[in-house]
Amino acid sequence: MGFIAEGFQQALHLIFSGNAEIFAIARLSLAVSVLATAAAVLTGVPLGSWIAVKKFPLKKFLIALVNTGMGLPPVVAGLVVMLFLARSGPLGFLNWLYAPAGMILVQFIIALPIITALSVSAMQSVDPKFYQQVLTLGASDWQAIRVCLKEIRLTVLAAVIAGFGRLVAEVGAVMIVGGNIRHQTRMLTTATVMETNMGNFDIAIALGLILLTLSFAVNLTLTLIQQKKAGPL
Amino acid sequence: MKHLKMVVPAALAALLVFGCQNKPATQSLVRLATTTSVQDTGLLDVLTDAFQKDGKYKLQAIAVGSGQALQLGRTGEADILFVHSPEDEAQFVAEGFGTDRTTFMHNDFVILGPAADPAKVKGEKKAADAFKRIAAAKAVFVSRADQSGTNKKELKLWDEAKVKPAKDKYIEAGQGMAATLTMADEKKAYVLADRATYLSMRKTLGLVIVCEGGENLINRYSLILANPAKFPKVNAAGAQAFFDYVLSVPAKEMIEKFGLEKYGQQLFFYDYAVK
Repeated sequence: MGFIAEGFQQALHLIFSGNAEIFAIARLSLAVSVLATAAAVLTGVPLGSWIAVKKFPLKKFLIALVNTGMGLPPVVAGLVVMLFLARSGPLGFLNWLYAPAGMILVQFIIALPIITALSVSAMQSVDPKFYQQVLTLGASDWQAIRVCLKEIRLTVLAAVIAGFGRLVAEVGAVMIVGGNIRHQTRMLTTATVMETNMGNFDIAIALGLILLTLSFAVNLTLTLIQQKKAGPL
Repeated sequence: MKHLKMVVPAALAALLVFGCQNKPATQSLVRLATTTSVQDTGLLDVLTDAFQKDGKYKLQAIAVGSGQALQLGRTGEADILFVHSPEDEAQFVAEGFGTDRTTFMHNDFVILGPAADPAKVKGEKKAADAFKRIAAAKAVFVSRADQSGTNKKELKLWDEAKVKPAKDKYIEAGQGMAATLTMADEKKAYVLADRATYLSMRKTLGLVIVCEGGENLINRYSLILANPAKFPKVNAAGAQAFFDYVLSVPAKEMIEKFGLEKYGQQLFFYDYAVK
């Protein structure tokens, strides 16, 4: 038990002494996951809404495909993205492998199906009559979708929270695509793995605490926005 | 959806910043494929900082097992390799993937085991005989099992010992040196480790050295340049710069001093005659 308490003590010391390297790692983690979530929201919400309101062949098949994507193992996404971004791969000219841009890309791919799938089901919860009514008032498809999104913004925010939660805690994909390079692509999760492997449990606990705190802060912000909009029932 | 509108420009701006960070630096980015032992001891950080000091180059060091490092070299992903797997290295160069292989430093492997030493390995001088005792005593052994230089060395020692450990006593970790040591410690098992990683983790381990010394426990590290004739995309100039830096007097002094302060002994021994 002793070393666990000691670990926490050391962890708190590391956090409050303002260790520059640990803060740089935290900044990168936050930046990558927030940007990837934002990109996935900007693509996934319109895409999911469109799938929900449109009638087209194989629609159910497509929805099943997107739902499957929610369970996409991050390491598989990481492996595929690495092969594409490798110098010898088709996207090698981008020079995104072992760089933050590549890490954002792979996290975007992981978050997209989650946010798309949750948007589909959120949009399908809207009364079809309401959607038709907006259309008969002369709105275009996208205008009608925007009106509906306003109605279901709470559920959409829940999708954002789910997506961000998945990304900020993700380790396998960013390890493969980022390479855990010090001062460049080391994130809170990959650094935690490395320090745990090396037996530096105090630093590992400190990194874990920072990760939890960051995740809590972001979720608190999102929840406050959500609940403010919710109002009392 | 108001907050989404704010996120859009922010995301685009940040993407641009990240994108631009990589673009103009392409020529000066040097990608080094190296082994976990170099990272886990802290030597990699020291070398990286010193090499980047003049601001001309940025080192992207990927620390993996030697097997994977050589694989990164085989596909042209790495500009330069810093590995320890002599036979694989020779083959790598013979196949035309790399040039200028230079063996420049060494440390040594040690066989570690629980302090109680159930297989009575202590006192055994030869590594292969130590392995024989471990197998005969049916003691647990943890293997890296990751095609790393250490793993290759371990397999060679089993060959030399002409025994095979029982399957249920042979744990294949599939992880780096430090993770494997932690696992061996928890399982009170025997394990082959490079001395540098062991020393850097000694404070958290209950394992002790049960066999050391001996010629076939020496662990030699080499630099290999990726062959630019084969891989036109490699940063040959940057790789050469790191190569020249490591084979210079300041790097020699730094490597020889490395570990004295933190671990009380020299971890790596420099063999290359610097001109």
